[in-house]
Amino acid sequence: MNESHFNPAVVEMCGAGIIASRDSLLTVMKNVNWSVAPGEFWVVAGQQQSGKSDFLMTVAGLLLPSAGSCRVFGCETDAFGEAQMAERLRVGFVFAGGKLFNQLSVAENVALPLRYQKNLAAAEAAQVADVLLEMLELTPFADTTAANLSANWRQRVALARALILKPELLLLDQPLGGLGVRHRHWLLQFLDQLWHGHAWFGGQPMTLVATTDDLRPWRHERRKFAVLNEQSFSVAGGWNEIASSASPAVKELLTEPAGATM
Amino acid sequence: MRGNLAKAFQLTNLQVFSRAPLPRSYSDFLGRKIFLGLLTVQGLGAFALITLGVILNKFNAARSVMQPRVRHEINRAGVSLLPMFFFVALALGFLVVGQTVSALAKVGATNYLGSTMVIVIVRELGPLLTAMLVLARVGTANVIELGTARALGEVEALEALGIDPVHYLIMPRVIGMALGIFSLTIYLIIGALASGYLFAFLQDVPLTPGDYFKQITEALNWLDFVLLALKTVAFGFFIAIVTCYHGLAQPLRLDDVSRVAVRAVTQGVVVCVLVDVVFIVLYLVT
Repeated sequence: MNESHFNPAVVEMCGAGIIASRDSLLTVMKNVNWSVAPGEFWVVAGQQQSGKSDFLMTVAGLLLPSAGSCRVFGCETDAFGEAQMAERLRVGFVFAGGKLFNQLSVAENVALPLRYQKNLAAAEAAQVADVLLEMLELTPFADTTAANLSANWRQRVALARALILKPELLLLDQPLGGLGVRHRHWLLQFLDQLWHGHAWFGGQPMTLVATTDDLRPWRHERRKFAVLNEQSFSVAGGWNEIASSASPAVKELLTEPAGATM
Repeated sequence: MRGNLAKAFQLTNLQVFSRAPLPRSYSDFLGRKIFLGLLTVQGLGAFALITLGVILNKFNAARSVMQPRVRHEINRAGVSLLPMFFFVALALGFLVVGQTVSALAKVGATNYLGSTMVIVIVRELGPLLTAMLVLARVGTANVIELGTARALGEVEALEALGIDPVHYLIMPRVIGMALGIFSLTIYLIIGALASGYLFAFLQDVPLTPGDYFKQITEALNWLDFVLLALKTVAFGFFIAIVTCYHGLAQPLRLDDVSRVAVRAVTQGVVVCVLVDVVFIVLYLVT
C-alpha cells in the first residue's frame, strides 16, 4: 500500500472546468489542477467576478465540474448522493453573507443540520447548539430571527451552522467580506484555532479553504495561496512567494483598494 | 438533489426561449407559445415525479424536523383557512344553493333537488372553489416564499448542509395542501348545503329538512365519495407542484419573484381545470 492510502488528499482536482452557478453553460475556469492535504489552510484569491464562489461550490459538490474531476476525501463530487452523505457531511460550507434561513432564529439555524441529519429532538440538538453559540459569542442572539442580525453576526451564525456537524474540511466563501475590524480579527483568530485544532473538535486540526479578494489580512507563513485570474487557477505557494510575486493580478490583490479602509 | 432540480429545469430552459428575438409572424408567435407550453408541461411532469419519488423514499426521514413542518403546512393550508371557508360556505349556500332550491320548488321540480345539489356542489363547485381559494391564499405565498429563498441562496445553503430541498421544502407543502384542500372541501360542501337550506327556509319553500337531506343522501353514491377524495387530493398535489416548481426549480433573482408568482397562479388555475376535466370524464365513464 502506498502512502497516499494512509494520507489521501482532502481535495483533488484534475483538469477540472468550473461552471457559473448563474448559468450552467458558462465556464468560468478551465483546467484546474489542485490538491489539498489534510491540515492545510489555503487562501484562494481573485478579483470580483473571477469565479471564487463557483470554484468553492464545485469543491463542495454543489456544482459539478464541466470537465475533469473533483474528488473530496477520495469521493468524486459528481457521485455525491444519499449513499455518499457521510463523505458530504465531512465538508462544511460558509457562504458569503451567511445565507441563513431568515425565518428561523439563530439557535434554530445552528441546530437545524444536526436535527435533520441525526433526527434529534429540538431539546437534544439545543444542548449541542448552545455550546457552539457560547463559543462564537452568539448566546445573546440565540432567539433573534436571522433576518434581524447585522452582517457581522450573520457570518458567525453561518460559521456555527457549518461547524455543528463537526466537518473535517471547512470552505469559507469571502469570510471577511463586509465585516468590521473587531469581527475580522476575531474570525481570523478563530479560524487559526480551528486550523491548529480546537478543543471542541478534540484538538483535531481542521483543513480550511477560504476565498478572498484582498490578500493582506491573510498573511501567514504557513498558509498556502492560490490565485484565480482570467479563467485560470494557479498555485502561488506560501506568503513569501505571493508577496514577492511580479504578477500584476497578485499585486492588485495585495494593494488596498482605492477608498477602502481595513 | 441539486442535480434533480437542475434537470427538471434544464428540460424546460424557458429563459432561452423568452430571450429569443421577437417572432416575425403570428404563426411564429403561436408556435413559440405552444412550444413553451409543452416544455413547461415537461418540466412540471419531471418535477412532479421527482417530488413523488422523494415523498415515497423519504417519508419517514428526519421525522423530528419534518413532522412539525408538515403540521405547520396542514395548519396553513387547512385549519387557518377555516374562518374564511365558513364565510364562503355561507355565501355559496345563500347565493347558489338557496336560489336553486327556491327555483326548483317554484316549478315543482323538488324531486331533482338531490341530484342537482350533488352535481353542482359535491362534484363541481365545492372542490373547484376550494382549490381556487387555497391556490390564491397559500399557493401564491408558496411561490413568493420559495422564490425568495431561492433568490437569497437558502436552497444552496440547504444543499451544502446535506438537506434535500425537495424533502425539506416541497414535501410538507404537498402533504399540507392535499390534506388541506380535502378537508376544506368537506367543510365547504356541508356548510353550503346547510346554509342553502336555511336560505330556502327563510323564503318559505315547502320543503322539510328531512326531505332536503334525504334527497341529497339518496343522490350520493360510493363513487362520489371516492372521486371527491381523489379529486381534492389531486388538486392539492398539483397546486403544490405548480407553485413550488415556479418558486424553487428555476434560478431566480429577487425581481423575478413577482413575475413568477403571477405565472404560477395562472398555470395553477389551468392545471385545476384540466384535473377537473379528467374527473368529469371519469364520472361519465364509470
